[in-house]
Amino acid sequence: MNLLGNLSWSAIPFDQPIIMGAGGGVILAIAAVLGWVTLKGYVPYLWREWITSVDHKRIGVMYLVLALIMLLRGFSDAIMMRGQQAVAAGGAQGYLPPEHYDQIFSAHGTIMIFFVAMPLIIGLMNFAVPLQLGIRDVAFPTLNSVSLWLTASGILLINVSLVVGEFARTGWMAYPPLSEVQFSPGVGVDYYLWSLQIAGVGTLLTGINFVTTILKTRAQGMGYMRMPVFCWTALASSLMIVAVFPILTATFAMLLLDRYLGFHFFSIDAGGNPMMYVNLFWVWGHPEVYILVLPAFGVFSEVTATFSGKPLFGYRSMVAATMAICVLSMMVWLHHFFTMGASANVNAFFGMMSMIIGVPTGVKIFNWLFTMYGGRVRFTVPILWTIGFMVTFVLGGLTGVLLAVPPVDWTVHNSLFLVAHFHHVIIPGVVFGCFAGYIYWFPKAFGFKLDETWGRRAFWCWFIGFHLAFMPLYVVGLMGMTRRLQHYDVLAWRPWLLVAAAGAVVIFAGVVCQIIQFVVSIRDREALRDVTGDPWNGLTLEWSTPSPPPAWNYAFLPHVAARDAFWVEKKLAPFKQGQPTQPRKYEPIETPKNTPLGFVNAFFAVVTGFALIWHIWWMAAFGILGAFVTLLVFAFRDVEEVEIPAATIAQFDRAHPMEVAL
Amino acid sequence: MNDAVAIYDVSQEAFVPASEAGPAPKRIVVAYGFWVFLLSDIIMFSALFAAYAVLVHATAGGPTGAQLFNQVSVALETACLLVSSYTCGLMSLAVGSRRRGAVYLGALATFVLGAAFLGLELREFASMIAQGATPQRSAFLSAFFALVGCHGAHVTAGLIWLTVMMAQVAVKGFRANVQRRLACFSLFWHALDIIWVGLFTLVYLMGVAS
Repeated sequence: MNLLGNLSWSAIPFDQPIIMGAGGGVILAIAAVLGWVTLKGYVPYLWREWITSVDHKRIGVMYLVLALIMLLRGFSDAIMMRGQQAVAAGGAQGYLPPEHYDQIFSAHGTIMIFFVAMPLIIGLMNFAVPLQLGIRDVAFPTLNSVSLWLTASGILLINVSLVVGEFARTGWMAYPPLSEVQFSPGVGVDYYLWSLQIAGVGTLLTGINFVTTILKTRAQGMGYMRMPVFCWTALASSLMIVAVFPILTATFAMLLLDRYLGFHFFSIDAGGNPMMYVNLFWVWGHPEVYILVLPAFGVFSEVTATFSGKPLFGYRSMVAATMAICVLSMMVWLHHFFTMGASANVNAFFGMMSMIIGVPTGVKIFNWLFTMYGGRVRFTVPILWTIGFMVTFVLGGLTGVLLAVPPVDWTVHNSLFLVAHFHHVIIPGVVFGCFAGYIYWFPKAFGFKLDETWGRRAFWCWFIGFHLAFMPLYVVGLMGMTRRLQHYDVLAWRPWLLVAAAGAVVIFAGVVCQIIQFVVSIRDREALRDVTGDPWNGLTLEWSTPSPPPAWNYAFLPHVAARDAFWVEKKLAPFKQGQPTQPRKYEPIETPKNTPLGFVNAFFAVVTGFALIWHIWWMAAFGILGAFVTLLVFAFRDVEEVEIPAATIAQFDRAHPMEVAL
Repeated sequence: MNDAVAIYDVSQEAFVPASEAGPAPKRIVVAYGFWVFLLSDIIMFSALFAAYAVLVHATAGGPTGAQLFNQVSVALETACLLVSSYTCGLMSLAVGSRRRGAVYLGALATFVLGAAFLGLELREFASMIAQGATPQRSAFLSAFFALVGCHGAHVTAGLIWLTVMMAQVAVKGFRANVQRRLACFSLFWHALDIIWVGLFTLVYLMGVAS
């Protein structure tokens, strides 16, 4: 018996200069960061204040850091693909061999959806939702930390696949029978499955946490029709997470049983049914699109209202549209594979549902437009991203309506037209939304704003680069180019693909601008400092507490009397002047105690996942046992909360006087 | 001021819509969150149920459910699990009245019945495998073993959880957090019953009927 299962030195691709270079660079960068942190003596601080933190704001920030780092990884994959297709025309093979190119497009999709978009959204939800609801933390703070670190485990595993072994060559959906062990005997699909299973559990726990938080722990007076729209969209997103992530878990579990134990769920022999995987996958996959985009819509709602200087137009219709999408999103999955060969009636049903779901989305667009209409729009960077989104997303949505027509879909199925379409909705929808949210809430999180000039430059590079990169793909798609081609013979496609590659370079310039913006903003932080806690003249509760908020968020839990309570209170403030205010008595606050549970548990999750990928059974047993013992130790701890003394809170409040108290 | 007006005033003051009442007590929040988890777990089972329904006739020339299922054994399993839910309920009542001995007794009965259920299930699996009806034989058997096995894995997890909880009661007594966890455990255990009822109907009864 081999102690290391299938793992051996041959798993490391020493003969692949690109992989070894990238892997070496990443390892060097990690070593440099760790070395710097250790030398500077930051380790105890990081451990105490961040790694073991159960504070939703810290956890939110850590999610965003993970997401932005993984954005660089996923974006490198994108640049490599665009570069490959720009050169591999005619007889040329380009610089990426097929087996490597296949891994790159699979990793690109997997990383961008699961490890960029999801942590971006969940990070923003973590940071903003409890503040907006006027409470001190989520319903289950420790569970929140567990979720974060499970997501980080998945990210670590998928990055290990870069150097140790390989990644899936199956595309990001890993359709069987290709993903069955018969046709993908390597560890690539196992890396895919285990990293997503582990991260998926984290996501599910986040969903449960936020459903409970939003439905059960809102501040006094925060009735449903007074919740900020971002909280509504976070609720819709969390409900969908609870409703569909278990299906993904079950589906991947079936594929794992096929691969590890020779079951026949999706095999092509012994009665297996590969199309069942495709159905189950998209029963998760389509709601996933809305899990990602609805909170981004929530950000756009907050940004539009704030920078138009008036409450959101049509609040109730916005809420109704959000919840309608939440339900309808579960009824459209089959439009991802009209070509399966279901009957015409089935295809017609899903085609119509796919068009109907465009209606509530349209409602939202009009709400944003009417919010801006008659408002005093301040053209800050977040609203630039919002307007850029509206212009772009409407077009992307229209191509989606085209694809919802089954006969049209048949002709462009799996072509670059489709690739152009879904990038055309996901990038403006999710990515622009998260960038808007990042800039909007950054001063709340860190106490200073991000630099405007570099923010504008980043926006314009992204906006122009996006159109250059994806509009040509519609054209080549209609010319018949299918997705995932490592090389091609039709020279007429090439000019368009060259333009697309140029677009990717322009987007890259945008990313560089964002990095510069970050550095410049830290350098100029004193000039950009937000001392009021309300840098944008906001509407919702999070702006009524200092920036950055203290660990307890609010010294006195707000009593909410209206929608946009902070805005209303600011409007009423002049009339209340001179009225005697009662001095409030500070009381000590209990906050949940920090715990290494999440981090230690994630360590064992990585060990277990890695062991299972490489069939190292003793190590898998050790990892599971370790996680169990960790949980036991946690369950038997005696002190669950720490008390922040009233004097500390009073002192903090004196140092940060606020204009308006709720 | 007459009485009617006074009553009216009081009711106005006391009336706060439930949605504006502020954060719920921790006991409620924990149980609610666990309910949401159970819903997600039931959805996971629903995917396995769906897979089973799709693959139930894909026997690939191998044995069908009607040939394999032993109704007597399954009836016994069902009885064990349903009665264990009853004893689990008794345990919850004992927790409510803080009677430690009764809690241990209820937990023991629940554990024994749960273990008996698992034993019967494993015996059924072993006999099927001995006949060559392994999960590798056909898609139908893959779906069967995955669905029923997943339920069995949940019961196993429940037994481990119950053991840990009894240790907590012994060491920590009826603290608020121990009580909350016991409440979650009993929700979990009853949910497994609900899933078993669906499983019993769809897999065993319908399997023998067709």
